[in-house]
Amino acid sequence: MGKSKTNIVKTTTWSAGPGCHGGCGVLAHIKDNKLIKIEGDPDHPWNQGRLCARALAMTQYIDHHDRLKSPLKRVGKRGEDQFEEISWDEAFDIIEEKMKTIRDDFGPESMIFSMGTGRDIGPWICMLAYAYGSPNVMFALSGNACYSPRIAALDTVQGDYCVFDAAQWLPGRYDHPEYKVPECMIIWGYNIAATCPDNLFGHWIIDLMKKGTKIITIDPRLSFFASRSKHWLQIRPGTDAALALGFLHVIIKEELYDQNFLETFTDAPRLVRNDTGKLLRESDVVKEGSRENFVVFDNPKKAIIIWNTQKQEYSISDSNPAFTGTFEIQLLNGNTIACTTVWDKFKKNCAFYTPQKVEEITLVLAPDIEKAARFYAKAKPASIHWGVPIDMTPEITPLCHAIAALWALTGNLDVPGGNVFTRSAFNAVAYALPGAEGVIKLKDQAQDKTRIGKDEYGPFNKFIWRCQTDKVIEQIFSEKPYPVKGLWMQTCNPLSGIGLDPKLWQKALEKLDFIVGVDLFMTPSLRYADIILSAATFLEKDGVRSWWVPLQTINKALTVDGCRPDVEINFELSKRFDPDFKWETIHDLFDEILEPSGMNFEKLSKKGWALPPENHASRPYFRHEKGLLRSDGKPGFTTPSGKFELYATLREDWGLEAMPYFKEPPFTPISRPDLFKDYPLILGTGRRSPAFFHSEHRNIPWLRTLDPDPVVEIHPETARKNKISNGEWVIVENWMGKARFKAKVTKIVPPWMVMAAHGWWFPEEKDDPLFHTFESNINMLIPMNEQGKDGLGTPMKHLLCRIKKEVLGVKNNEI
Amino acid sequence: MKSNKNGLLIDYEYCTGCFACTVACCQEHGWEAPLSGIKVMEIVQDLPKDKAYLTFLPFPTELCVLCAKRTIKGLDPTCVKHCMANCLSYGNLRELAKELEKKPRMVLWSPR
Repeated sequence: MGKSKTNIVKTTTWSAGPGCHGGCGVLAHIKDNKLIKIEGDPDHPWNQGRLCARALAMTQYIDHHDRLKSPLKRVGKRGEDQFEEISWDEAFDIIEEKMKTIRDDFGPESMIFSMGTGRDIGPWICMLAYAYGSPNVMFALSGNACYSPRIAALDTVQGDYCVFDAAQWLPGRYDHPEYKVPECMIIWGYNIAATCPDNLFGHWIIDLMKKGTKIITIDPRLSFFASRSKHWLQIRPGTDAALALGFLHVIIKEELYDQNFLETFTDAPRLVRNDTGKLLRESDVVKEGSRENFVVFDNPKKAIIIWNTQKQEYSISDSNPAFTGTFEIQLLNGNTIACTTVWDKFKKNCAFYTPQKVEEITLVLAPDIEKAARFYAKAKPASIHWGVPIDMTPEITPLCHAIAALWALTGNLDVPGGNVFTRSAFNAVAYALPGAEGVIKLKDQAQDKTRIGKDEYGPFNKFIWRCQTDKVIEQIFSEKPYPVKGLWMQTCNPLSGIGLDPKLWQKALEKLDFIVGVDLFMTPSLRYADIILSAATFLEKDGVRSWWVPLQTINKALTVDGCRPDVEINFELSKRFDPDFKWETIHDLFDEILEPSGMNFEKLSKKGWALPPENHASRPYFRHEKGLLRSDGKPGFTTPSGKFELYATLREDWGLEAMPYFKEPPFTPISRPDLFKDYPLILGTGRRSPAFFHSEHRNIPWLRTLDPDPVVEIHPETARKNKISNGEWVIVENWMGKARFKAKVTKIVPPWMVMAAHGWWFPEEKDDPLFHTFESNINMLIPMNEQGKDGLGTPMKHLLCRIKKEVLGVKNNEI
Repeated sequence: MKSNKNGLLIDYEYCTGCFACTVACCQEHGWEAPLSGIKVMEIVQDLPKDKAYLTFLPFPTELCVLCAKRTIKGLDPTCVKHCMANCLSYGNLRELAKELEKKPRMVLWSPR
C-alpha cells in the first residue's frame, strides 16, 4: 500500500452543501476519495480566499451518518418512517412507469415539479419537467416571494435587473480604473449574516465600507449595518413603499434628480389621458396609428408628436417634448380631452408622500427621511442593495417601482459604483429566468398553456416561467381546471421551511397520488414521498454556474457511494420521458449553455472562471447610452417604450396601477385593528442565521452549536410586560396557529415587534417521523393565498402575534 | 528591542458575526462542537437616550494555538484566512500594536 497523495480540486460552491446562492471559489483537499479539508481559493475574484461557516463545515456534511445513500421506496403510510432501500435502476423504473401513467391518464401538466430556493436545481428541474411535458415548475414559496418578483418588477419598468456594483465584473476588482467606490449605499431590508444573497457576496459591502462607503440602513431591527450607519431608518415592517415614495418626494421637491437622465432616458414627456388615466397612444389620435406608439406634446410647435417605439425616435427630428403641462388633445373620434405628462403625474403621485405623512405611516421621523433622501441623492455614485423582505409583501411591484425610480432619477443606473444592469455573463443562460430565455426551455408555447397562474397574472405571462404557488395548492384541492396528481419535490422541504401554513401543505401532500423526493437527508417532507432519491453535494458533481458573473464551472472532487448529482438524476429521467431529448451527456448540455462564451466545459473548467469582455452586453457600464441593452442596438432599455418607465406600460396592460403607491399590508395594526387587539405585537420572521440555510444544516454539529435553538427575539420591555426571561421557552401565537421558541431578550428588536427564526425542525429527534416539524415552525402562523394583485409577494414579514411563557408539562407534540 | 511573540489584531468594528473563524478553527484542528479555538460574542451595547449598538467580538479561546502548523509554513492562521470581513490580522505583536494607533475599535490579543 503506497502512501496516497492529497489532491487539491478547484471548484465552485453552489447548491447542496453550503446551500447558498454562492459562487465562491474553493480548494477541496481530497485524499482517497475523501474530503479532508476545504478552503477558500485566494485566487478567486469572488471571495478572494474567504469562506463562510457552512462551506467550512463540509467535511461534517459529506460523511454525515444520516446522509441518504440509497434510493428508498415507501412501504408504510404517508408520513410514517417505513421505507426500504432499492437500487437506482428500480427507482428509475418505478418513477418512469408511475409518471408515464399520470401523463397518459391526466396529461403532463398534472405533475408539479417543485424546488426550494433555486440555486443549481433550477435548470435541471426545468429540464426534467419540460422533457416530461409539464410547464408546472414551482418555487414552493407563497407568492413566489423570493427574487423573481423583484426581477419581474424591474423587467417591467427598466427592462433588465440590476444589482449594486462592487466591481464584480472587472478584473482586479476594486482596483480597476473604471470602478468608483460608492459614496453612499442604502441597505434596504438586508442583514449581513447570511452572507450571500441574490447571487452576490454580502461581505463585498464590508469591503466597500472600509473604502469609505457610508451606509443608510432601512431595517426595523438593530442589525450590523444599522449600528454602523450614517442614517438608520427604523421602519415599521411592510411600509417600505411609503418610505421610497417619501424619498422621491424630497428628491423631486428639492430638485435633486438628474435632469439629463430624466429627459433622455425616461418616459417623462409621454402624455396620459386625464379622462381614463391611461396613456395616450398613437392609435387614439392618428388613423391607423399604432397602439405601441406614444404621444408627447411639442411646446414650440404647439402640436403633438409621436414616439415611434419600433424606430426609437420621434416622428420629427427637431422635437422638443414638454415635460410638464396640461394639453387639450383632439382624439380620432373628434372629442377633445385634457392630457398631462407622465412626469407631472409622477410628481403629483409623490407629492402625497410628504415626510410628515410618511412618518405617520412608517414611524421613521420626518427629518430623518429628509436627511437620508438628501444624502443618497447628492452622493455620487450611490447604490442600493435590497434584501428578500422586499419580495415579502403583497404590493411588491409598486415598491420595487418606487425604489427603481430612486436609482434612475438620481443618475445611478449602470454607472460605476451605482446599480448596474446584470445579465448572465456572456449571456450564457441555462434556463428560462425572468427576462431571459435559456438553453433549457419549453418545446413550444402550446406546452405552456396549462401553466397554473399564467393566465391570471400578468408577470407570469411575460417574465416568470414558474407556476403560481398559492394557485397550485388551491388546485390540488379544487382539481379545477384539471387535477394535480403528482409531485416531483427536489431539495424542497415545504413542511419545515418553504411552505407557509404547513398543515395545509401536509394535507396537499396526503392527497397526491405519487410523490418523488430528491434530497441529501431525510426530511419531514420526504416522509410523504413514494420514492426518495439520494442526491449529491456540489463537491460530488460537475456543473456550470451562469448567474451574473463570473461564468464558472463546478468540478467534481469526489464521489459518495449511493448518491447522485441532481443534474445526473434529472438527465437520466429526461431521456426516459422524452424520445427526442436533445443531449447525449450532461457535458453536451453544459457545452451548449456555455457556447456564447466561446468556451466549452473542459476549457472553462481549466480556466476556472471567466468575466465578459469590454463592450459586451453583459458587462457594465453605461449600456443604455451605448445601445448595448437592446437587440436593435439603439440606446435605451428593453421596456415596451424603450425608456425607463415612470409609468409602467405593462402594468396598464395588466389592468394594474401603473405608478408606484403604498397600500397597507393585510395584517397590520392599521389594517386589522380588530386582530391587533388580541395580537398586539408585529411578527417578523426569517431573520437569517449564519449557521443555516433556511431549513438545512440543523444536523451539522459545528453549525448547530452556533445557533442551537429556535429563537424569538423580544425587546426587554416587552419581555418584562409578558413576564418572560431570557432563555425561557415561549409560545408565539396568532389566529392561524402557534409555535414554541426560546426567548432571546434583546434590544435588537423594537418593543412593538418580535422576530422569530424560520426553518426549524429537529433532525436529531427521531422519535417522531416528522421530526417535530410543526412544533417550532413559525410558518404555522402565516397564511397562504395573500399574494398581491399580480400574483407576487406574501405578507410574511409583517404579521401580528402575541407571546406567552410556555406552561411546563405541555408536551411538545400537543402544541 | 524586537519581540518575536505573535498575536491577533481584531478589528471588531467590522466583525459581522458570521462565525467563519469558529468553524474554520474546528475544521483545522478537528475540534468537536462546541469546542473551538475562537468564539464570536454578540454584545448589544447600551447607549444613552435608550439607544443601543450591536457589536460582534471574535474571542480566541484557551484552545487557540495560533495555528502553529500553518504559520510555520508561512500561512495565516485559518481564522485569519477565512474571515469574511477581513477583520483579523496575524503578526508580530509590536507590529500589530502600531496598527492600533491608526484605527479605532480594535483589540490586540496575545496567546497563552
